[in-house]
Amino acid sequence: MNTKEFLSELCNSHSVSGHESGIVELIESAFSKYADKISVDKLGNVIILKKGKNNFSNSKIMIAAHMDEIGLIVKSIEENGFIKFSNIGGVDPRTILSQEVTVHGNKDLFGVIVSKPPHLQEESENEKAIMMDELYIDLGYDNNEVNSYVNVGDVITINREIKELKGDRLAGKSLDDKAGIASMYECIKELSKIEHELDIYFVCTVQEEVGLRGAITSTYNINPDFGVAIDVGFGSTPELPKRDTIDMGMGPAITIGGYIHPKLREKIVEIAKEYNIPFQYEVAPGSIGTDANAIQITREGIPTLNLSIPLRYMHTSVEVVDMKDIRNTAKLLAFFIASITNDDLEGLLCY
Amino acid sequence: MLLKKLTEASGVSGNEKEVRDIIIAEIKDHVDDLKIDKLGNIIAYKNGKPSSKKLMITAHMDEVGLMVTDIDDKGFIKFTTVGGIDKRVLVSKTVHIGDNKIPGVIGSKPIHLQKKNERNKAIDIDNLYIDIGTDTKEETSKFVKIGDYVTFDSKYIEFGDDLIKAKALDNRVGCSLLIELIKEVKDVSFYGVFTVMEEIGLRGAGPAAYYVNPDISIILEGTLCYDVPKIDSHLIPTYINKGPAISLMDRTTIFNRSLREKIVGIAIKNNIPYQYRKSSMGGNDSGNIHTKKEGSITATISVPCRNIHSPTSVMSKKDYDNTYRLLRAIIKDFEKGELVNGF
Repeated sequence: MNTKEFLSELCNSHSVSGHESGIVELIESAFSKYADKISVDKLGNVIILKKGKNNFSNSKIMIAAHMDEIGLIVKSIEENGFIKFSNIGGVDPRTILSQEVTVHGNKDLFGVIVSKPPHLQEESENEKAIMMDELYIDLGYDNNEVNSYVNVGDVITINREIKELKGDRLAGKSLDDKAGIASMYECIKELSKIEHELDIYFVCTVQEEVGLRGAITSTYNINPDFGVAIDVGFGSTPELPKRDTIDMGMGPAITIGGYIHPKLREKIVEIAKEYNIPFQYEVAPGSIGTDANAIQITREGIPTLNLSIPLRYMHTSVEVVDMKDIRNTAKLLAFFIASITNDDLEGLLCY
Repeated sequence: MLLKKLTEASGVSGNEKEVRDIIIAEIKDHVDDLKIDKLGNIIAYKNGKPSSKKLMITAHMDEVGLMVTDIDDKGFIKFTTVGGIDKRVLVSKTVHIGDNKIPGVIGSKPIHLQKKNERNKAIDIDNLYIDIGTDTKEETSKFVKIGDYVTFDSKYIEFGDDLIKAKALDNRVGCSLLIELIKEVKDVSFYGVFTVMEEIGLRGAGPAAYYVNPDISIILEGTLCYDVPKIDSHLIPTYINKGPAISLMDRTTIFNRSLREKIVGIAIKNNIPYQYRKSSMGGNDSGNIHTKKEGSITATISVPCRNIHSPTSVMSKKDYDNTYRLLRAIIKDFEKGELVNGF
């Protein structure tokens, strides 16, 4: 499958944290052509194994990108059939006014988030941010009918079909971190064309947005020699200070900081330079806030890298990524993996 | 479907051409005279039985939207609002820019990087911009220019119990009703007028009324509806599914009481549900119609629309049908001479 199409399909589907099962089949069907084994663990992580060439006691690398997305959850059904809701993961209430949504009840139901017409607002009311508890979802049914379709606890997603912008960029919801899944897909395709010694575990993790939960259990289970988290980083926009951001279209950001293994990081930079793959740095002296956090301190500790794909407007329904960055992330990772042999890994990891 | 075609067309105030062309194509074979005036209003006349009074029915064609004001060095597009838009509905939306409908997005600062006090404030329009995926002013300028109109990207969708979600229901719903009347009413003389620029100051209606010089006007609208739970009923301007809303007064007109009572009488007689539009906020073309020349009598009949002036307005097909039935009954009374009796 074409990587852009795969990514679009992932984003147009829904996988709110804790409710990721709806995209497992899509992931399996894409990766199966290149994988030796695909399994789903108890929390729902999808683990895709691509074996190295010796096929016996190879060193193991784990690559993680999270498959969950932020969303909303039904809290109550009002007398007139409107729905009150809360958030799952970091949703800015200011980004959901007037959105179209799907309430995933007994069946998927179309709805809209109700807004107060400007004509009825008090002066300067529109200077205040709307709070989540002031908002309703209108499903167009009365209370009885809503109750027959919807239960408290059902999840809700914003409706947003992927949109193609200029310059190979895509806009949509949940590109955080389906862009990461897409780059793993592009990477496994690259690796099917080149020789590599390491056994590679591509993990589509669950529940990253609510506390890196999937990475915790999958890393324990796989017990890799080292790990790489692929997530998204803040793409530069006018309102953000340059030091907090990375640039769109300039390649993956290689994270530098305490959570990152310094020699592995030097190695991946070396590979980027050797193969002329554009890259940039992202500095995180402490917590990175991605699956890398969980991977690093699993079991007795695991050397970890983090790659960030530049993404604008994170956690809105119009996140923007550049396909070039996804492809370059994949390429960098593939060449990096292929460059490591079972024999030299120990030297690479020792301080 | 007519309402789908009308709502998915773009027609921000001052740029109604796409909507106007659709309307002209729909009505041209059903009218006896068709004129596009100097401002762009469509003035159609149906010649039927002679009547002692001139009836004009109007609907405005334009919708609220945005306009490009600048392109910055990094290729981001700055804009201003055209008509009354709550800037808060713009965040995290997709839009179409210009005649070629270039897709763009309006994003916002990631929640992760927001300071605590930022979260309580609405994002100011000065801090919003459109991103079309380009990196420089030169690149963006290939696709977008200053002055381009911008519309919400929102499809016509039917959902729930006979409801419709679309952009620009205010006032394509009025346009749709008027088109249907023009097509289906036979042998009654009346003017059907589709106005421009209602949303930026009722600009088109005055000159159109000056030309037509009507005795009685009925203004068709999509109007405020905010029937949310837990607010006092007197604060709810209209309800969905309670029928056409008949205006009492708004910021531009105190509607003629006798005409309003006649219309209510017609609704009751024909067993058509109706409600009053209870808010005095907002205004419409009536403001400039009833004060034109020596003045005339007006009434406003509206289809209630939730989330008006947002990308996701909602109305009921039942309300639409009942509004249409009421209009047919009113025209029947006009035909018999009863509506104009006493005026």
